[in-house]
Formats: sequence, C-alpha cells, structure tokens
Amino acid sequence: MSGDAGTSGRDAGRDAGTSGAGAPGGASYERALKAFEGRPASTAGVGKDPVNETMIRHWCEAMGDAHPAYRGPDAVAPPTMLQAWTMGGLSGHQGRSGAYDELSALLDDAGYTSIVATDCEQEYLRPLRPGDVITFDAVIESVSARKTTKLGTGHFVTTRMDIRANGEPAGTHRFRVLKYAPAARHSPEGRGPGRDGPSQLRPKRPRPVVNRDNAGFWAGVADRRLLIQRCGGCGTLRFPWLPGCNGCGSADWDTVEASGAGTVYSYVVMHHPPFPAFTAPDAGADVGAGAAEGAAGPYAVGLIELAEGVRMVSNVIGVPLDRVRIGMPVRLEFLQVDEELVLPVFRAGPDADGGAPDAGEEG
Amino acid sequence: MTADADAAAETRAARDADPAAAPRPGLELPPLTLPITRTLIVSGAIASRDYQDVHHDAEAAREKGSPDIFMNILTTNGLVGRYLTDHFGARSVLRKVAIRLGAPNYPGDTMVLRGTITDVDGSTVQVRVVGANGLGNHVTGTVTVELAAVAR
Repeated sequence: MSGDAGTSGRDAGRDAGTSGAGAPGGASYERALKAFEGRPASTAGVGKDPVNETMIRHWCEAMGDAHPAYRGPDAVAPPTMLQAWTMGGLSGHQGRSGAYDELSALLDDAGYTSIVATDCEQEYLRPLRPGDVITFDAVIESVSARKTTKLGTGHFVTTRMDIRANGEPAGTHRFRVLKYAPAARHSPEGRGPGRDGPSQLRPKRPRPVVNRDNAGFWAGVADRRLLIQRCGGCGTLRFPWLPGCNGCGSADWDTVEASGAGTVYSYVVMHHPPFPAFTAPDAGADVGAGAAEGAAGPYAVGLIELAEGVRMVSNVIGVPLDRVRIGMPVRLEFLQVDEELVLPVFRAGPDADGGAPDAGEEG
Repeated sequence: MTADADAAAETRAARDADPAAAPRPGLELPPLTLPITRTLIVSGAIASRDYQDVHHDAEAAREKGSPDIFMNILTTNGLVGRYLTDHFGARSVLRKVAIRLGAPNYPGDTMVLRGTITDVDGSTVQVRVVGANGLGNHVTGTVTVELAAVAR
C-alpha cells in the first residue's frame, strides 16, 4: 500500500488486491487489511443538508414517532437520526477518504462484495436543531480476521465517526459492517420467470462424507437398503456405523437390513437460520415438512427409533411441521434428492404403521 | 433553573401517580408490536437516506442472496429510540443507543420490542432492549435515556 491515500483511490486498492496483498484468507492479505486500522475513513465530511424540519418530519412519519420534542418551532432532531445527516444519498459520499475506498476495493476484489450493517453504537452529546451544519470525521477503527457467518464469509469493518454541529461536538457513531461473499448465491437461470420455484432456488444438499468406516452404509443406501451394523462378537446392533463395538470392543461385524418401521423418538423443527437445501425436496408434489413455507422454510428433523432398536437422525416427511409428535409411527423411504444423492427419510401418516408387522409395538 | 424544577416535579408526579411504574432495575416495559410492512422498510430507508437496493428492490435483494428486501439498521435504530421515548414520555431524551442486528426484518413479519431496566442513576435509566421477529432476535441493545431532561 504505497500509494497516497488521498489520491490513489480504487485503482490502488485493485493493485493491492491482485499483486501486493496476497490471496484472500492468506496471512499477507490479512496483514494488508489490518494496515487500514487507524486510517481515516472520511475527513472533513459535510452533511449534504443542514439539520432541517422537513427531513425530521419525514423520519418521524416513517418511524411512527410522535415525540413532541421533534415537532413545532423549537423542534430538535430525533437523536437516532445522527447518521442520517451524514449519509451520501443517491449522489454518493463526500469526504470519504482514499483509504476507505481502497479497503472496500481490496475486499471487493477478494469476492467480499456484499455488505450488511451489524452494529451501531451512538452517543448523543448535544441536540441537533434546524439550521445546524453537520460536519464529521471518521476513522477505520478495526478490520477483523476472516469470519464465517451464516450470511457468508468475510471481514467485519468498524468505523468510528465524530459528528459536529456548527463546529461543536454533537455525537459519536461507531458502525460495524460485514463485507462478505454470500454463502449461497442463486444460479443465474434461477432469476428468470418462475424463479420462485423451489427447485430452482434451492441449493443442493451437502454431500455425505463417505469414509472407510461408513462406506458400507452409503453403499446400502444407494441400493435402497438401510443397513445396521451387528457386532460379530456380542451381536449388539449399532448405528451410526463405527469401526468397533461399544459393548465388547470387537472389530468384527456384519449387517442386518432395517425393516423400515420406526417411531419418532424426539424431534426439532428448524426455523432459523433458513437452509433452503434442507426444505422438502419435492415441495411441489409433497405435503411434507416445510413444503408450504416456501423455498427457505422450516423443516422437521426427527430422531427415529427403528424397530430394531437403534436410533438415527433424518427428515420427517408427509406431515405438517406442527403435527410431528413423539411416538408417531413412521416408515422408511428412500428419497432421490438430486441426480447423485439418495437419502433415507421417514414418512409419517396413515401408511406408516401398516407396512410392517412389527412396527409401532416394540420399542 | 425553573425548567429543572419543573422537570423534577413532573418526575415526582409521575411516580406518585403510579409507584409500580417508577423506574427500577428489573422493571419490564410494556412491549411494542410493529408489523414489518414493505412501506415501513422502504420509508425508513429513504427517511434515513439509505438507498442501498436491498432495502427497496426485492429483485436486487434476491440476486444478492436475500429472500426479500430487509430493514436497514438506521430504521431499527430509530424504532428502538421511539420505543423508549414513547414509554418514558414527552420529557425523555435519548443519550446513548447501542444496537446489534441479528435475524433480518423481512416484509410480512412482526417485530415485538421489549425492554428491561438494568440501571437507574438519578434521572438516567439504562434499558436492555430485545426486538424479536418470526426468525429470532432482530435486534439486541442497550439504551440510555434521561427521563426529565432539559435542553442543553
């Protein structure tokens, strides 16, 4: 970052992003971000409008705020308007420093193009009255290490602004934003007509991690058979798959195929954060959990006790979310989630306890 | 001086009228329920001069990975301020507002603001605020209000 902060602007940032700052996530990239701490974010900024009754009234109408102090000939501005007086509006920011633009460009170039405000801390030192001219200076207080949030991965940037009215200190404003790369971008073809169709919006389910210890289980699922491990030493059934027996320690095992009958041993309904990949996979045709709530709606996760006695976690389908109950009989079904992935899920409903002679009563 | 005396008398009068409502740590304020309409989100964004497209353009918001437009932080800040001055009345003045955002406020949701007094020092009251919507906590924060302030 050798360029002059006052004049180099975005181009310097782009250079830094592609040559001097290293790859995003790397140590040299993070050092380049840290180097912005303490640099000015804006210098000698001037509010585009002096404090005025019109903007105060528009604010109060939007907020539904009828505080008498904000009306009439001696009106003061709602203190929470503090930042509004410093906003660039449609014509953009003035007085913003080269350093802030450089930092933004460095983050943009790393793919952290989205921005969301996360924190706002304001202290009000003096009431603002119509006619007050607003000036402000801001400093980049901190740039976080790379963080992964449910929105995506990126960096938190904290700025602190000192605001003056007619030259007198009027307030301080600390503001934190997350500059990030969205976790799940929609595919371009999802934007056309019919974009609300859940199948187009929904990202793919995460792939299972298949390893030497559980490969047999996933091979069974691919054949639409739910296989439970049985210890070769003591005969104990176990699930999920493990290399050895918890009971006797034996590493010998074979498998038994689950009958498919089971009951809901426990469950949760996942409302937030929304994971579109986990909502009902054939929402258009199925009345299953989450279908009615749209692409990113809630879904039920059941802990199912199989008739054989072991328990496993999977989706409960075929019943509205608020009708899932402990003890409810369910029946194994294999769901073709997408071209590559088949998953065992459990369907509740009238057929669930009719299909297997031993369902429901044991357990 | 007169204003100070008036303010003190007003505070005393309010406490005499309803001793149970006198500010004390642990006291919970009545909730404020706010329907999150598209109009509220857009008018709040424009009144705060925030023209980021995610606060008024649903199509642009979706392209950025959000299911719909969502409320900007300045509007949340304004609503939190309003909640407290609505409750504490005509003489109350906000001194500090510190908020953190969580679950976004999308159109069609409802946010319920709740406050609990955590500290009282003379006429200055500190309130812990939580605003919950259908997805979880939209906002958590701490607000310092002066109850019978006079203009400085």
